Amino acid sequence: MKGKTGRPVPGRRTVLRTLALGAAAAALARPALARGGPAGPARVVVVGGGFAGTACARALARSGVAVTLVEPSPVFTACPFSNAVIAGLRGIEGQRFGYDGVRRDGVAVAYRAASRVDAENRRVILDDGSALEYDRLVMAPGIDMRFDALPGYDAAAAEAMPHAWKAGEQTLLLRRKLEAMEDGGVFVMAVPANPYRCPPGPYERASLIAHYLKTRKPRSKLLVLDAKDAFSKQRLFQAAWQALYPGLIEWIPLSEGGKVTEVDPGTGTLVTEFGEHRADVANVIPPQRAGSIAIAAGVADRTGWCPIDPVTFESRLQPNIHVIGDAAIAGGMPKSAFAANAQAKACAAAVETLLRGEAPAPPKLINTCYSLVAPDYGISVAGVYAPAKGLLADVEGAGGVSPAEAPASFRTREAAHAQAWFDTVTAETFG
Amino acid sequence: MRTAIAMGLVLLAGAPAAGAPAPAGAEACTGCHAVRPGQNSAGSIPSLAGRSAGDITSAMLAFRTGKGDPTVMDRIAKGFDEAEIRAIADWIAGQR
Repeated sequence: MKGKTGRPVPGRRTVLRTLALGAAAAALARPALARGGPAGPARVVVVGGGFAGTACARALARSGVAVTLVEPSPVFTACPFSNAVIAGLRGIEGQRFGYDGVRRDGVAVAYRAASRVDAENRRVILDDGSALEYDRLVMAPGIDMRFDALPGYDAAAAEAMPHAWKAGEQTLLLRRKLEAMEDGGVFVMAVPANPYRCPPGPYERASLIAHYLKTRKPRSKLLVLDAKDAFSKQRLFQAAWQALYPGLIEWIPLSEGGKVTEVDPGTGTLVTEFGEHRADVANVIPPQRAGSIAIAAGVADRTGWCPIDPVTFESRLQPNIHVIGDAAIAGGMPKSAFAANAQAKACAAAVETLLRGEAPAPPKLINTCYSLVAPDYGISVAGVYAPAKGLLADVEGAGGVSPAEAPASFRTREAAHAQAWFDTVTAETFG
Repeated sequence: MRTAIAMGLVLLAGAPAAGAPAPAGAEACTGCHAVRPGQNSAGSIPSLAGRSAGDITSAMLAFRTGKGDPTVMDRIAKGFDEAEIRAIADWIAGQR
């Protein structure tokens, strides 16, 4: 937008953003929301600064809500594309993002861990003992590993057999082990049953590690021990493995003894229902659940995940607490960064509407997950979702995976789109 | 004069008021596509900033039938009916 003098004229959003420098100023950008009145503007606390929580906090601040984001780490390390970091195709720096952008939009960031939630008095207690009061709380705690679910696999075992399922030090640890493995070694992956973060992620990882082995250590083998008989984009992955990495990847499904029942980090052994496998490098992706704070807040059910209302994302178990992202039971929506981003914006709109004392309209959501099977070979799965029968259900006739038969140029375009999506969504969320 | 008022009303009906809530599905678009003028989508994904509502609607309706050389947009467009597509297109075109 240019004025007569040729200088940029601030758009409405720029003006709003300038106003929204602090929480108090942000409240001036719009009339005080419901529950404001003498007590001041409505307050929302968001717990968790990943794709879901950060996007939700930012959207709320832009609509004039006073919002505090609670996140202990000043640097977020993104999971999408972290498989390319493990395979030596990309540096970890490109995965790291900070919170300056959301702070510029008026989000107050508390660099603290939330230690508990006092739902009755609507307060989040932080690890320094201080408390944040809220009218509505949004929880986006992501996942935690279930270190009680697989015998032999605890936090200490994750140093010997990294999961690398939260990006950061674990990603770099697994990369170093892959780099140190001798040519002719056996790399073993253990993959859990559903549900877990990023359904196609283990198979993208297998693909990119195979790419690394083929180019650097061609006498090596990759064994994938799976607790399932079917997986996301399976036909596309398997066709690509056969074409690009013949004989390199062996996938053992549940019905053929793929489920890992015990590990021994001392000897690098993975035990399955049918036998034992010795790994030179083991990557154990264990069963998961919602992040610990969700359990502490009482928003997770017996499954370890959080049931929600599909229109408002409000917890089925605790009023005034909303759950988004990987921790939520989101019906047909997978636990992906794209889904987290879409849920964040829909949840922010619902929370803002509820604070005004109105009823939110049913949302419609989209997911697209790209996977790389080689640096220039991308495949995708997409879906469209709407509330139905109390869940976020797939809209029939929409969605699905990339075509089974497609020219190389189609796979190259999807690989480029994967990168473009990552750059755009991280700029929208953290930029 | 009456015609002018009528046209004004039509225009108002077509362009959502600034700050109006996004129609269902609209905000999911911005995970991939830039929609605000001056903003650009990264790399290979087209920016929608500054596109007219008519252009966006035509593209989406073509994608629903597999036309327009889509990779993923055919699979996504099939999840929206024509009224939803028009509402989303109006919202994107109305971004400032």
